[in-house]
Amino acid sequence: MAELKGWKELPIGGVIDKPATAKEYQTGTWRVIRPVHQPENCIHCMMCWLYCPDQAIEIEVVDGKPKMKGYNYYYCKGCGLCANVCPKTNDKLPEEKRAIVMKPETEFQD
Amino acid sequence: MPEVKNRQAVTGAQAIANAMRQINPDVVAAYPITPQTPVVEYFAQYVADGAVDTEMIPVESEHSAMSAVVGAAAAGARAMTATAANGLALMHEIVYIAASSRLPIVMPVANRALSGPINIHCDHSDAMAERDSGWIQLWAENAQEAYDLTLIALRLGEHEDVRLPVMVNFDGFIISHGVEVVDFLDDEVVKKFVGEPKVKYPLLDVDNPVTYGPLDLYDYYFEHKRQQIEAMKHVKRVFKEVAEEFEKISGRKYDVLDKYMVDDAEYIMIALGSTAGTIKYTVDLLREQGHKVGLVKPWIFRPFPKKELQEILNGRKAVVVLDRSASFGAEAPLYEAVKSALFNVENKPLIGSYVYGLGGRDIKVEHIKQAFEDAFVGNLNPDEERYLGLRE
Ligand code: SF4
Ligand code: SF4
Repeated sequence: MAELKGWKELPIGGVIDKPATAKEYQTGTWRVIRPVHQPENCIHCMMCWLYCPDQAIEIEVVDGKPKMKGYNYYYCKGCGLCANVCPKTNDKLPEEKRAIVMKPETEFQD
Repeated sequence: MPEVKNRQAVTGAQAIANAMRQINPDVVAAYPITPQTPVVEYFAQYVADGAVDTEMIPVESEHSAMSAVVGAAAAGARAMTATAANGLALMHEIVYIAASSRLPIVMPVANRALSGPINIHCDHSDAMAERDSGWIQLWAENAQEAYDLTLIALRLGEHEDVRLPVMVNFDGFIISHGVEVVDFLDDEVVKKFVGEPKVKYPLLDVDNPVTYGPLDLYDYYFEHKRQQIEAMKHVKRVFKEVAEEFEKISGRKYDVLDKYMVDDAEYIMIALGSTAGTIKYTVDLLREQGHKVGLVKPWIFRPFPKKELQEILNGRKAVVVLDRSASFGAEAPLYEAVKSALFNVENKPLIGSYVYGLGGRDIKVEHIKQAFEDAFVGNLNPDEERYLGLRE
């Protein structure tokens, strides 16, 4: 999180005086459940990429086709939308068969 | 004293509409409401006649009027509106947004009683309901002042150290519809005085994109409020500077307080708006009888001229405050502020509160005399609210 400015340093009126400052906002600090990508089950349909509200799905283009690469945890707020829309993820599938597994943050050290 | 070239008998509404014509704002959005209606009517005629370049937006409500001028001002336009009473109340939400977005909109308000029961006549309850909104409040005594203060308001609000919206209060019907003699400035003189709009963070500057109205939570909202508090602190200084410049072109002098016969006054009355005229007349009558009386009329009510009042009221025998609105369950707004200002003065005068003129009830010389006479005999109680012209 950027250091908070005092009232004398801020633009007046609550105006944000430069574009794209949301890029500096680490929405990842909100996350309590973490989506984990399991590439072996992924069909690279890009549903998660389309729906993610924070553009936290990282992709690469291979032979003109997009591939799901994983997550940008700086921005991923853990809403779980990606897992919800993923055709290869649902509650009935055993965890090891899912393309996305939602895990509590407490299971991670970083 | 500059030569008077254009003296006319007009209503206060005409005087203000003429000020607006001379300002030639980029955008005016308004919805008609008695007694503000003629201001907008006259101005709409100027638009129809091609006398101004203004984009006039006839909106569907006052909430929309204020929203439209907020948008226009954020875009970088010089934007004005006008309203009264329930119209101002309907704007309320956006009134705060205009101030907190630091948009120097100028809005004449033809002060009228708030419903209910429904009433179209003058009192100050409409403006008083907005006194903590963050707007500068100027108060006119007559059509001349309404005209002058509208021009001054524009420069005041746009000033770099201020950047706040300004309400120009003028008593509904008494000033808005009463015909008086007004000295107008030349169009060219006004044009030079108001100058080009001074913009800050205009949305139309596409090379420097900005965002207005973003979510502002516990981490920054407080700091933005502190900035508004700071801006208010600069208002009196800037008002004096602008008023000095205005005096040079008009010969008419404005200050934070209008002081009438106060130098040797033992008894001072304080009031806003047109009633000050009746009080000045009464002061003259009482002076003829040997009473040392005077009047202080704040031209600025927000920010409240606390320091100036402390200086002027310290050591007087008594201060009588007249309010044209009530604060139900608390002291009347002007009285409350004056009383609190006196907490720290060395020689506290006796002080009394008089509420008058609600819903347009006439205020007469005899009422003003009655309040002064209470003061003469020491019959004032700082904790008692009294009423002038009310039937028991
Ligand atoms: S929605 Fe599921 S299957 Fe589709 S790309 Fe994302 S993780 Fe892979
Ligand atoms: S959990 Fe939400 S924010 Fe994180 S990647 Fe999935 S959709 Fe995006």
